[in-house]
Amino acid sequence: MSVKIYETLTVECETGNYHTFCPISCVSWLYQKIEDSFFLVVGTKTCGYFLQNALGVMIFAEPRYAMAELEEGDISAQLNDYEELKRLCIRIRKDRDPSVIIWIGTCTTEIIKMDLEGMAPKLEWEIGIPIIVARANGLDYAFTQGEDTVLAAIAHRCPEPELSIRERKETLQNLLAFHSIKKKELVKYTNNPSLVLFGSLPSNVASQLNLELKRQSIKVSGWLPAQRYTDLPSLGDGVYVCGVNPFLSRTATTLIRRKKCELIEAPFPIGPDGTRAWIEKICSVLGVETQGLEEREERIWESLKDYLDLVRGKSVFFMGDNLLEVSLARFLIRCGMIIYEIGIPYMDKRYQAAELLLLQDTCKKMCVPIPRIVEKPDNSNQIRRIRELQPDLAITGMAHANPLEARGISTKWSVEFTFAQIHGFANARDLLELVTRPLRRQKNLEDLGGTTLVRKNNKFSF
Amino acid sequence: MKLAYWMYAGPAHIGTLRVASSFKNVHAIMHAPLGDDYFNVMRSMLERERDFTAATASIVDRHVLARGSQERVVDNILRKDKEERPDLIILTPTCTSSILQEDLQNFVYRASIISDSNVIFADVDHYQVNEIQAADKTMEQVVRYYLDKCYRQEKLNQFLTDAPSVNIIGIFTLGFHNQHDCRELRRLLRDLDIEINQIIPEGGSVKDLKNLPKAWFNLIPYREVGLMTAMYLNKEYGMPYISTAPMGAVDMAEWVRQIHKNVNTLALSLSSKRVDYEHYIDGQTRFVSQAAWFSRSIDCQNLTGKETVVFGDATHAASITKILAREMGIRVSCAGTYCKHDAEWFKEQIQCFCDEILITDDHAEVGDMIAHVEPSAIFGTQMERHIGKRLDIPCGVISAPVHIQNFSLGYRPFLGYEGANQIADLVYNSFALGMEDHLIDIFGGHDTREVITKSLSTDLGLIWNPESRLELSKIPRFVREKVKKNVEKLARQKGIETITVEVMYAAKEAFNT
Repeated sequence: MSVKIYETLTVECETGNYHTFCPISCVSWLYQKIEDSFFLVVGTKTCGYFLQNALGVMIFAEPRYAMAELEEGDISAQLNDYEELKRLCIRIRKDRDPSVIIWIGTCTTEIIKMDLEGMAPKLEWEIGIPIIVARANGLDYAFTQGEDTVLAAIAHRCPEPELSIRERKETLQNLLAFHSIKKKELVKYTNNPSLVLFGSLPSNVASQLNLELKRQSIKVSGWLPAQRYTDLPSLGDGVYVCGVNPFLSRTATTLIRRKKCELIEAPFPIGPDGTRAWIEKICSVLGVETQGLEEREERIWESLKDYLDLVRGKSVFFMGDNLLEVSLARFLIRCGMIIYEIGIPYMDKRYQAAELLLLQDTCKKMCVPIPRIVEKPDNSNQIRRIRELQPDLAITGMAHANPLEARGISTKWSVEFTFAQIHGFANARDLLELVTRPLRRQKNLEDLGGTTLVRKNNKFSF
Repeated sequence: MKLAYWMYAGPAHIGTLRVASSFKNVHAIMHAPLGDDYFNVMRSMLERERDFTAATASIVDRHVLARGSQERVVDNILRKDKEERPDLIILTPTCTSSILQEDLQNFVYRASIISDSNVIFADVDHYQVNEIQAADKTMEQVVRYYLDKCYRQEKLNQFLTDAPSVNIIGIFTLGFHNQHDCRELRRLLRDLDIEINQIIPEGGSVKDLKNLPKAWFNLIPYREVGLMTAMYLNKEYGMPYISTAPMGAVDMAEWVRQIHKNVNTLALSLSSKRVDYEHYIDGQTRFVSQAAWFSRSIDCQNLTGKETVVFGDATHAASITKILAREMGIRVSCAGTYCKHDAEWFKEQIQCFCDEILITDDHAEVGDMIAHVEPSAIFGTQMERHIGKRLDIPCGVISAPVHIQNFSLGYRPFLGYEGANQIADLVYNSFALGMEDHLIDIFGGHDTREVITKSLSTDLGLIWNPESRLELSKIPRFVREKVKKNVEKLARQKGIETITVEVMYAAKEAFNT
């Protein structure tokens, strides 16, 4: 199996036998992000076991999520779904009093065709707490796409803006006809229409991005999701929206089609190059001239010099499990690394169009061929390719990390990229800190010898 | 429907996978949706496994929902058969696939005709059994499959070995200190001059299962997993078994005496040498192991009458309760287990060693009970450790479920004489720490947190505006002071007087903190 090198961008598709987290894992970061929410995962012991193991110690901090564990009576419809859910939700209301309950549908609710969407409005009316349904199941989605389904569901609950842009313009013209002292302010207001960013980020990363845009005198009018459910941003005709993460294609679609928003298709603010391109795109759409962006990017690169020396010329293999892969690969190419393969669970070429274009440009700029993108990868084929290519770094899930390390391949656990702060200029160093950690560790242990720690007669020893 | 935050035992397929991946050259194929292969992560992380876990998924997605798996499962089995040439492939249902009600048995039948490997379907019901029961059942199923097969082919060798020998059944992956216990058992049996015929499933080969009946009898160290297999072997091949866990000095002696009895019974009919282990027990208990001496030492005297709560799987909770009460004179206010299916045995074992018995798999109930009793120490699982942290009660971990710190690299058996030493240490350390804590409280403590975190930089002349103060408070406590210092340093360098959020981020970029 030799590795093809492409001049143009191609996306291959394999068998889909790969390892990733179940999308219900989005509960772990979303319940922390949306402070007044409660997530109820309607599923089986398997879902619960996954959450409890994947989230480690977080479970002990009185989490605002729980399983509605289906028992045999629920599966065989001996019990009434509606009554059961009502009982649990009333208990949750009593114990935690959340502003919103989010039901996460799982594989099992899909298979037994439990009508969560149908029951939610009725129960919402009955118990007086908003209930939102997101079908984040492993039949349809992978890992971070779970957040996508939740945000798409929440988007429906965002209030309409009080004035649409058209009305606003009319008001403005009316006002201009009069001799108003507020004229100046109003001009500025129309020049900068409402901009809502979507994607769940830790609050300090969100405020960093807000600040970056503020420097370009662009005001961010809200985030989806906000820190509290009760603070959801207004969305509607004429509101501009822009994504901060590459896995939010359903949310983007919902915002365009259902909420009539204008989507700014930009690369994602991951790495200084991505952040600059993201800001530039927003500015160009909103008709603002950027100021000092180039110097700022330059300065950030300058401050990364020690790490860049370490990664330059090293090769990377993305096995693919969280959809951040294209943005990360683009950044790493710009850092001087060589990417052998970008595995990715799902590739939305429309939503990621600007990111893919930036990837192509970056490859051209750095004079490297465009790496192959493999959608729905096959892990056992990938392991064979890794054996053949011997990359300096494999970015992979925990299922493969230790076995690869034992065979002398440095690995970085991909899930860390989802939990670490990697967006914006200020976090570029944190991102490289993650990527270089295995390389630095390797350097420290260099003189120890014995990098391959499996017996020769072992299967797959390579 | 049940509102659940946490569970002691996992879903059934985890049990099946644990057994399958413990055997050498056995591959498990899960009929499962994307993301259900979380088992591989656990094994690779907790056990720090160097090899790829031999478990893959045959993915159930929308297409399978609409049209059924059709050829997919069979294809996946055959592909694994070609790629890895396993001896056995176990098709494992998950909770999702068991409601689809596809005829997986039929896929197995079809695949087994074509493939070189043996193929079986793990016969476990997801809505009736948990991880532990499923593991027990799967192991019995695998053993039965191979023995029946050999019996049919009349290749079964039923002659006993010349010297006394045993099978150890139930050592497997992700088990609580199983690897260490296994090493300790080997050592004990060598001391007793007994050969080990086979250890299953860990590291065992299914090809050798046909030799199981050659052993004189079976040892079942943990009754959760292995008892079914032992009972089957007893019924079909008349093999006696010992299901006592050799944990603690008293049960250890009991275990050795049972071996003694079994060996001598068979030795009589085989006219081979008879044994007497009394001398060995005495020597080990009094002089080699430290546990018996420890019980009499002044340290242990201080523990007399202290109250504890014990919770865990049936084997460990029962054994530890007995050790605490019988061997150390500690009062067990409540002992409990989450192995509801084995409640009768558990009650019978410990009823005269504790005040109260709790059988539940709801961690909140255990937490409430601990809060109510307010013991000086808890011996439980990872969950009780966290309950203890919240209530400020020390906890020794004695049973699964556990986290990575309980997969220790050092030698830490719970069984045998060395195990008794380890348990004594664990018990003593839990209490001693508790006492120390108590004393510190009484004497006003040596907590110097106030002094350490007091910033040494002068705050003079620098004003933090409300937003930046809020932002600062969001930074995790252990780096907050450092961040604050850096921000103020930058502000002074640049002659800024009011610190805003912008200044903070500028400092982050400047100092890369």
